[in-house]
Amino acid sequence: MADLILKDVVKSYGDVNVLKDINLDIETGELIVFVGPSGCGKSTLLRMIAGLEKITDGTLSIDGQVMNDVPPAQRGIAMVFQTYALYPHMTVRDNMAFALNIAGKSKDEINAAVGGAAEKLQLGPYLDRLPKELSGGQRQRVAIGRAIVRDPKVYLFDEPLSNLDAALRVATRIEIAQLKEQMPDSTMIYVTHDQVEAMTLASRIVVLANRGIAQVGSPLELYERPRNTFVAQFIGSPAMNLLGGKIVGTGDITTLELADGAGQITSNYPSRSEDMGAEVQVGIRPEDMIATEDDNYAFAGKVDITEALGEVTQLYFSAPRPGEDTDTVIAKLHGIHRGLRGQHVKMTGAPDKVHVFRDGISLHHR
Amino acid sequence: MSPLLQGIITILVGVFGCVGYFYAANLVLDKVIFPARGPHAGRNINRATAVRPWLFLFPAIAILGIYLVYPVVGSFVRSLYNRAGDEFIGAGNYATLSGDPGFQTALFNNALWVLFVPAAATFIGLVVAQLTDRLSWGNIAKSLIFMPMAISFVGASLIWKFVYAGDPDIGIINAVRDVIGLSPVDPVQIPFWNNFFLMFILVWIQTGFAMVILSAALRGIPEETIEAAIIDGANPFQLFFKIKVPQIMGTIVVVWTTITILVLKVFDIVYTMTGGNFGTDILPSYMMSFMFRDDGRATAVAVVIMVVVLPVMVWNIRQAQKEMR
Repeated sequence: MADLILKDVVKSYGDVNVLKDINLDIETGELIVFVGPSGCGKSTLLRMIAGLEKITDGTLSIDGQVMNDVPPAQRGIAMVFQTYALYPHMTVRDNMAFALNIAGKSKDEINAAVGGAAEKLQLGPYLDRLPKELSGGQRQRVAIGRAIVRDPKVYLFDEPLSNLDAALRVATRIEIAQLKEQMPDSTMIYVTHDQVEAMTLASRIVVLANRGIAQVGSPLELYERPRNTFVAQFIGSPAMNLLGGKIVGTGDITTLELADGAGQITSNYPSRSEDMGAEVQVGIRPEDMIATEDDNYAFAGKVDITEALGEVTQLYFSAPRPGEDTDTVIAKLHGIHRGLRGQHVKMTGAPDKVHVFRDGISLHHR
Repeated sequence: MSPLLQGIITILVGVFGCVGYFYAANLVLDKVIFPARGPHAGRNINRATAVRPWLFLFPAIAILGIYLVYPVVGSFVRSLYNRAGDEFIGAGNYATLSGDPGFQTALFNNALWVLFVPAAATFIGLVVAQLTDRLSWGNIAKSLIFMPMAISFVGASLIWKFVYAGDPDIGIINAVRDVIGLSPVDPVQIPFWNNFFLMFILVWIQTGFAMVILSAALRGIPEETIEAAIIDGANPFQLFFKIKVPQIMGTIVVVWTTITILVLKVFDIVYTMTGGNFGTDILPSYMMSFMFRDDGRATAVAVVIMVVVLPVMVWNIRQAQKEMR
């Protein structure tokens, strides 16, 4: 139904560009998550789609119609706000019916739409209550219901779970996922800074950083094949370790020598002959680090701190390392490992789990 | 002694006198009357804690009692006596009042004031608060509209005497009439409508008050509810009347009732402009016309005014407390 296309979109306040070169095609039925650090412009981008912020340059089209100057109410969108934004003086029923009343819909039509949404969200018993008489989770459901009754082409969610406590957040996240399954034809755009929400909900994730799109892809694509060091470190927790190194063998398999390692390790990323001798950053996720006794390894260091969580044991290695300006190296080993603290340990990664970045860009994505 | 020095000494004595009273009273309570030692230390501490609030409240209660409660009771008692104050006549003054056409006019006019002034001042204040909110020169406009608040009622009345003046070279109304070839009129002598010319002076003064309070309330409305309504398709009028106004209804009521109470107390404007002539009397000015001549009737009017204000006052305080929560 609704293809949403952003083409060369720019947002600037005066001379300051907050977003530039935003190009994105969103297909009907997708659940797209905008994720990024605070201040990356993800909410601004969402508000531009909603029509609450002007688009400085470029075009936004929904279903082939350019929407730059169309008022928000006529764009076929509905938005769910972080703070719920319920009308405090109206009952749940009136909150949900407000848009339809404004549009001059008949009473029967309004009752049917509100009733349907209330049933979908189990809000039936609360229809005659005021927002202040509801819990946080119920308020957020009303906000979602207010969006549903308008039957929009595109749903916009602006950090809808941030104001809920941890347990409710998980429950509501699952409710949103189920809601999406009930409405396979509706497109949803969801902004969050929480990567767990992004990974679990998204059909595709858009990572925003440095005023632009860092990478677009399915959650596992971003995890397995991050395009650049930013995405590599942003997706996954704890963040991917980046180690200094040099390419010493090119081809379908790249051979590397690492500053803190010994001998040579390999990565399944292919490299070109001109990469020979290039300084690169080698990325290995903490959960992909393997302890080894081999003479070829990626990293060796003294274990400063161990965190035994039962299911995993996290090792923190001494940092900073001489001449390196990177974060502490972390390894996450499965199961229980006793007596590693203070030990000198050699770590490496399997060839298919070793990422190589030249000038910040993954060899895979060149 | 110079008045300045007197003022400074009064302030010092007042402030340090209070501090001294609280400190000394507390000390006496804790060390002398209920000392926290000896065989009954625990009981003494409990008793001191129970007494302490009353000790601290005592100055306020005493002063309010002498200057507020006693005059109310005294006035009521006085209103039951005759003109000279030497003969008890029961409800006689009230009976005279209810039969007096002058009192009926004053009561009717006062009702007009109570209906019109708060409504007009609140409504204009609300509209101005909304309209000036997004303007670059909105703050200047607000300052101008707020300024009459700083003028005394008598001063404001004098200003409006010029506006309403019969000489076309002075009064703006008659200047306009002069230009279109009409003969001068005296607005404060037009029966019935002259009341509204007087009321407008108070509206002019009070609009600034309403505007400032309502402007702050409008800014307190969560921006998201407005954005949500924009997405829901509300036009600016629907946004204002269906989303914004209901959310600040509590504040509107407080402003409205506050002005209502003020209206029931204002006599300066009528006194200055017409002296209650031409059918413009209201209860306070009617009361003034009997003061010192027939204190029995004057105090009876004062009691009537208090009875009328009381319910509005209670409602006002209730609303204000609800707003604070």
